[in-house]
Amino acid sequence: MKNLQTSTLSAATGLSARNLRNIRRLPSAFLPALLMPIFQTVAFSGTFYAITQVPGFPTDRSINWYMPLGVVMGSSFAGVGIGFSTVRDLESGFYDRLRMSPAPRRALLLGPLLSALTRAVMVVALVTIISFGLGARTTGGPLALVTLLAAGAGMSVIGTGWGLGLAYRFKDMRAAAIMQLTLFLGLFLTTAQAPLSIMQGWLYDVARLNPFTQILQLARAGFVNEMAWEHIWGGLVAIVVISILTTVFAWTGLRRLQD
Amino acid sequence: MTVDSLQHSSTATASPTSGRSIWSQTAALSIRSMIALWRQPATVVPSMIFPLFFVALGTSSFSRAINLPGFPVVDSFLNFALAGAIVQGVLFGSITGAAALATDIESGFFDRLLVAPTARSSILFGRLAGAMAFGAFQTAVFIAILLPFGLNIKSGPIGVLVMILGGTMTALGVGAIMSAMALRTGSSEAVQGSFPLLFIMLFFSSAFFPRQTMSGIYGTLANLNPVSYLIEGFRDLTIDGLTTWAVVRALGFSALLAAFGMGLSLRSLRIRLGRQ
Repeated sequence: MKNLQTSTLSAATGLSARNLRNIRRLPSAFLPALLMPIFQTVAFSGTFYAITQVPGFPTDRSINWYMPLGVVMGSSFAGVGIGFSTVRDLESGFYDRLRMSPAPRRALLLGPLLSALTRAVMVVALVTIISFGLGARTTGGPLALVTLLAAGAGMSVIGTGWGLGLAYRFKDMRAAAIMQLTLFLGLFLTTAQAPLSIMQGWLYDVARLNPFTQILQLARAGFVNEMAWEHIWGGLVAIVVISILTTVFAWTGLRRLQD
Repeated sequence: MTVDSLQHSSTATASPTSGRSIWSQTAALSIRSMIALWRQPATVVPSMIFPLFFVALGTSSFSRAINLPGFPVVDSFLNFALAGAIVQGVLFGSITGAAALATDIESGFFDRLLVAPTARSSILFGRLAGAMAFGAFQTAVFIAILLPFGLNIKSGPIGVLVMILGGTMTALGVGAIMSAMALRTGSSEAVQGSFPLLFIMLFFSSAFFPRQTMSGIYGTLANLNPVSYLIEGFRDLTIDGLTTWAVVRALGFSALLAAFGMGLSLRSLRIRLGRQ
């Protein structure tokens, strides 16, 4: 049993290291996931700068509102990027060789998850540093960075599970469009642009029920409010539940691939 | 660089010189480009769906922002958002035609057209005519879809026609600029890679919020960005009514863009023909 655990971990670490090496070898595959959230943070904060003047808006700094969105979106796309590279491996035949190797099957999931988490940390760090340079400030002390990182890491796990599950089922680049589009829609049908308190119409009901709204609230917990458990727990529950669902989705996809 | 000189620079064995022949070739190639769009809806659907999606999001998220200082007087955010949606759709849709031109170069179809008795200019104009038709279609469809949701175009049916004309010319301008890139690089990947640039141009403009509410360097960039003025021409027609200034802004900027794009693409075509 101990041998199995060791080999799972070492195989997962090896796969994760390979994924991270691919950032250097094929930067064009990862750079968008890194640059997009920075652009999004800057563009949204600048474009919707005046929205903070609407009565009921919870912060007077637009970057405090939009930076966590950039982090959450960038982290989820860092996870989805793992799905892209898996599609490439499936198309090139490399994945068949992986499946024929004596590496435990769970390592095929754990490895990509580890590299997605590493990528997410890079995204969170870069977006946060740049945002602080542009005027973002915490309202909940240093703990704000912890909740932000938790939301980013959670979204990267969700993105990886979703991306891998689709990659295993489609086995080609058709999966890429679905991965991106679904996450994009899921994240924008929330309080991405404005809080529930100033929203009107159909989006209010959709955003209220969308669990990604809770994850965004977790990410923003220390940037728009005083740190309070009521702004945190919903996001943590959403991350755990959706992570389990997407990981099961990936695991069943991997098993279907073997059949 | 004129169209005639392009035709005379042809190295084809049977050079088509009659105006009628050029028109029929351009028509045939533009029909081909439109059929390609019809057969591959996946390439154009995003440029139809995403602008409408952002309008729907914005209308719900920012409906209370219309009372902010600096915001133009509008009945609803939907009326404000239409112009941004049209320009966004046309900008993104125009990449498709140019990417198809680059694919023609990659696949060798462009070379086959060159050895056929085809006017050189019609290869380019055929593509651009397809882009123009799609731009007109997008503008009309966006307006038609948003009307039942409360869109009120103060300039009336004439304003709608002006907007469709403006959308057509914008599509020509952006399509021509992108085609110039396709002719220079011969790479559909390079053309598709220009997408982020268009995205940046769009976001650093008044597409989604008025310039008057922006501040600092962001406001300065939006003031310098010609896309802001293009969008505001369309917006004036929607929220101010049919004024001379609104028509001039809507058509003037798109005409300037079209003229610039055409000049650039014809120059790029000449360079490519010279290389070959």
